[in-house]
Amino acid sequence: MTISSKESATAPPASPSSPTAPRQGTQIRLSGVTKDYGLAAPAVDAVSLTIQPGEFMTLLGPSGSGKTTTLNLIAGFETLTSGTIALDGADVGTLPPHKRNLGMLFQNYALFPHMTVAQNVAYPLRERRVPKAEIARRVAEVLELVQLPGRDQNYPAQLSGGQQQRVALARAIVFDPAALLLDEPLGALDRNLRGALQMEIRRIHREVGSTFVFVTHDQEEAMNLSDRIALFNSGHIEQVGTPEELYRRPDTLFTARFLGDSNVFDLGGSPVGAKASWEDSTWTIDPATIAGHPGVRSHGAVVVRPEDVQISRDLQTVPAGANAVRATVRDLEYMGSYRTVMLDVGQARQLGRARIDALDAAFAVGDEVTAWWKPERQRVVAV
Amino acid sequence: MTTPTRTRRTPRPGWLLLVPALALLAGILLVPLFQSLLRSIGTPEFTLDHYASLFTDGVTLTVLGRTAMTAVIVTIVTFLLGYPYAYLMTRVGPRLRGVLLVIVLIPFWTSVMARNYAWIVLLQRGGPVQSVFEFFGAGDIVFQGSVVGVTIAMSQVMLPFMVLPLFSTLGGIDRKLLLAARGLGSSPLVAFWKIYWPLSRGGVVSGLILVFTLSLGFYVTPALLGSPQQSLIAQLLAQRTTQLLDFAGAGALGILVLVITLLLVAWANRFGGTISAIGVASTSRTKETR
Repeated sequence: MTISSKESATAPPASPSSPTAPRQGTQIRLSGVTKDYGLAAPAVDAVSLTIQPGEFMTLLGPSGSGKTTTLNLIAGFETLTSGTIALDGADVGTLPPHKRNLGMLFQNYALFPHMTVAQNVAYPLRERRVPKAEIARRVAEVLELVQLPGRDQNYPAQLSGGQQQRVALARAIVFDPAALLLDEPLGALDRNLRGALQMEIRRIHREVGSTFVFVTHDQEEAMNLSDRIALFNSGHIEQVGTPEELYRRPDTLFTARFLGDSNVFDLGGSPVGAKASWEDSTWTIDPATIAGHPGVRSHGAVVVRPEDVQISRDLQTVPAGANAVRATVRDLEYMGSYRTVMLDVGQARQLGRARIDALDAAFAVGDEVTAWWKPERQRVVAV
Repeated sequence: MTTPTRTRRTPRPGWLLLVPALALLAGILLVPLFQSLLRSIGTPEFTLDHYASLFTDGVTLTVLGRTAMTAVIVTIVTFLLGYPYAYLMTRVGPRLRGVLLVIVLIPFWTSVMARNYAWIVLLQRGGPVQSVFEFFGAGDIVFQGSVVGVTIAMSQVMLPFMVLPLFSTLGGIDRKLLLAARGLGSSPLVAFWKIYWPLSRGGVVSGLILVFTLSLGFYVTPALLGSPQQSLIAQLLAQRTTQLLDFAGAGALGILVLVITLLLVAWANRFGGTISAIGVASTSRTKETR
């Protein structure tokens, strides 16, 4: 799948998927989607987003940011206050959930406890009046796909959490839905199982080729799984892009802080030009590193990832052209594969982080150092 | 009948806690019951005549049928009122739920006599209820002194026995299951019928059995609100023991009612038993994985 590098939240729709290939997935287009419960602010505020056919799109954000409400609006479990939702160009915004033909995976699996695994998986097919022989064939096929054969006569209560989620996944894809909606499906599982199921979900996405919309608050999970991530913040989309775009090229401080660790140097209201100053340091600003977000013009911040920060004991070893700042080593964390140096940076003594080689044991708490990075490795974001 | 619960790590001498209750049951239930049984088959010597005459005296079967019919109607009425009521209780906030609970329990807490005399005042000839019906041209319905009045009063006091087991079962049903069914292609009605209703069946069976068996034994309400011409089984029993002093006949009748009830409970348990067992197992599993 190809993704344009400058995809915005209101990207133009891609060419419609060929009707002869139903397994290519469905395009989901949200325009001005709003859900207002009558509280201080709308839960979802004029969200526009185009999810391409076959794409794995993650709606990421903190709790209460509107990502789950958006998913429920797509599923039809919530009614739109305003805006439209279209599947392959057809408006479904007012259809009840059972007429939208979307698969849904819940965090607590939502398997029917009074039905066997086979009956659970057959449920959507029976609702669609699929012939009995075909139901049996497709149930066996999909249980094979989720690697759970031989358990079809068990009740959900007899399965482990991971197995139950596989059954739920099988049930959600067995009827070839237009898209699969996943509402934090791995949240109830322990860490190891979560990793295994992430791989499983990615494999099934590849094999089925259908559009997946995945909701999570876990940024690591979002980065592992997604083709693209839509980052939600208090009811609106902060930024849409590939995991790499969001991590390397954040538009706003919120994005930079939500995905991974960041060293943040607030430039205040000063305009951003070829040079910027923070406290008594003056830094080179590569124009390519300035975010396209209009907010940068009025209030920007320089953001540097810990893995891009180097530390030196004396100024001579800092290469020419690097941006540098004085710091004191506050603490050291040995992480096995690397070492994190916690720094008191500048006069404000704000917390900074540098990730250095695990074998580099040259620094001790209290050392006076220079932290530096290459100008092309920083990012100027809107605050 | 209560909802089955499972205790896992029961310490070994735990059964000792049952001793007081078992002793009490043996003293006040099993011993008199056994005595009744002996009298019913041993008066004056071993005979089954007392049982045979239940089927031949022309009264017992009629009264038994009328009692069963009344109990069935009461059960149906309480179910039709209780299921939506219990459902509503699971959907409202905790405060309103408390209010609804108190409302349904008030007749339960009221003295039997006060409750029945209140019904007499309401249902008597020329009373408020009949006046309303008269106004709509249905003045010839007799409430007091008929099975109609008895059914109304019994339904009121039986309502908590229907609502409480239903509420506990319905409250345990995960509403996400209904959303899941909707997402998988079911209309709201189908989702209710295929998911919610089967999961509520354990509570339904409990409520039905509880109300039906308790309704078989009503004495005060039919005595006050009904009429001697339309007496129920408990009145017949009382008549045989206190007026006719026919302890053998009364014993036989009592044993017959008991056997019918036990057979019914055993039969109904086959329905509800498996369903509620699955429900309990799935709930405990969900808790484990979290």
